[in-house]
Amino acid sequence: MVGVANVSRIEQQSTVHGTEELVINMGPQHPSTHGVLRVILKLDGETVNDLDCDIGYLHRGTEKIGENITYTMFIPYTDRLDYIAAPSNNLAWVTAVEKFFDWEIPMRAQYIRSMVGELSRIASHLLWLATHALDIGAMTVFLWCFREREMVLDLFETAFGGRLTVNAFRLGGLHEDVPDKFLQLTQEFADLFPSRIDDYETLLTNNRIWLQRTRDVGIISAEDAMDLGLTGPIIRGSGVRWDLRRAKPYAAYPYLDFVVPVGENGDIYDRYLVRIEELRQSTRIIQQCLEQLPGGPVTCKTPRTIKPPEGEIYHSIENPKGEFGFYIVSDGTTTPYRVRIRPPSFINLGGLKKLCVGQLVADVVAIIGSIDIVLGECDR
Amino acid sequence: MGLVEGKFSDNFITSKVDSLVAWARKSALWPMTFGLACCAIEMMASGAARYDFDRFGVIFRATPRQSDVIIVAGTVTHKMGDAIRKVYDQMPEPRWVIAMGNCATCGGPYANYAVMQGVDEIIPVDVYVPGCPPRPESLMWGVMQLQKKIEQEKYIRR
Repeated sequence: MVGVANVSRIEQQSTVHGTEELVINMGPQHPSTHGVLRVILKLDGETVNDLDCDIGYLHRGTEKIGENITYTMFIPYTDRLDYIAAPSNNLAWVTAVEKFFDWEIPMRAQYIRSMVGELSRIASHLLWLATHALDIGAMTVFLWCFREREMVLDLFETAFGGRLTVNAFRLGGLHEDVPDKFLQLTQEFADLFPSRIDDYETLLTNNRIWLQRTRDVGIISAEDAMDLGLTGPIIRGSGVRWDLRRAKPYAAYPYLDFVVPVGENGDIYDRYLVRIEELRQSTRIIQQCLEQLPGGPVTCKTPRTIKPPEGEIYHSIENPKGEFGFYIVSDGTTTPYRVRIRPPSFINLGGLKKLCVGQLVADVVAIIGSIDIVLGECDR
Repeated sequence: MGLVEGKFSDNFITSKVDSLVAWARKSALWPMTFGLACCAIEMMASGAARYDFDRFGVIFRATPRQSDVIIVAGTVTHKMGDAIRKVYDQMPEPRWVIAMGNCATCGGPYANYAVMQGVDEIIPVDVYVPGCPPRPESLMWGVMQLQKKIEQEKYIRR
């Protein structure tokens, strides 16, 4: 009899202490949403039951602006899409517009484009590592990564005059040749940087706290990642060897030797390892570009007014965050009829629900960090 | 200080309450991190190793309730406007606003349906920092301008 009474008391207690679904609003002003993302979390205790993303807090109408200005005038606007790696966006736009024409882009320009693209990849991955580690609680990494990021920004300043939004490339090549000092400083940076990557790894790779926070958290399988259309380090972390620099080479990438790193488990830790290896490979590419850099002109003969023939093209490149593409419809005039941007962050963010549901609420921050979103291109 | 000068031993300083309060307030300006767009990256760079804002007593806080100044860094869209006003209202007095970059100042290169033409449409701005985005040195200049402004403010009699 006593046993029955106990059971009923336990049942009573469990009804009293049962959890009900709690809705938490994270953002748009939250330090670890990497901008102005708003996530509406539905929690059961500490477990995430459901999740909804509210984007558009940085919608600036870039695509609409593109319809009203000329092809050259749109280059500075592309800087402000993925502002962490501005030259990559410039590269995507100019290579997309050049696809309308049969211009012969000089090899020197192609090599400089690849080199600056890789520098921007380093800048982007460093900012990712800095903020991602800061979110999880590692402050030193933030300071160290920004130290090297400043070096990359100094290189951009030497070559193009700007730090962050550089407006690096022009249709048909470069605006002007880079100064010798840029090449010299880039060489010094490329020689120094691998030892600095080792420094970051001593802080994180075998750190017990880092491993506990990242390993087996936020797993996505290769099939799911492909179904969702994810690109960039997140799909490579799941073991899919997909890199547009290899699959559809542009600029000087056909002539460069590099490895596309992939992970195994598709968790946060694997994405971290993939990006760290990409930092090493980018340094390797920069070294090769400096060795093989040909002389000659940096721009081809282009008409005074750029008037692409009627038609439509799509061209995409491997941005630090994934496939970054432009779909342009031309009606034969000096302004595009339609500009559509294929933003990697927006599409990678579509995987957030898949990654987060069933995880703990504390891991949401780590998962958002591992996707590496930038809201400028996500909201456009 | 006229009458009281030289009347006390070396361990005493004579000052006005206004200047003492102003000194205290300007020396520990804790900004609220309101990173919206590209400018936020330069704001982070200002806080990091090379520019080191901590030297000025500028320590970034993640909550409006602990901060004195809000640095609006980036493009303010109409959708974001409500959130900015809400955060600003949560800040305790006295509070100041720095509009960082051309977008927060006047809409910048984005003159269209989505973007608010300057954050001063919804909150009062003390210092405008030009640039697209401003360099960390510019932001530093903006903070120092604000410090000058705080120095001149009167607290006992407004």
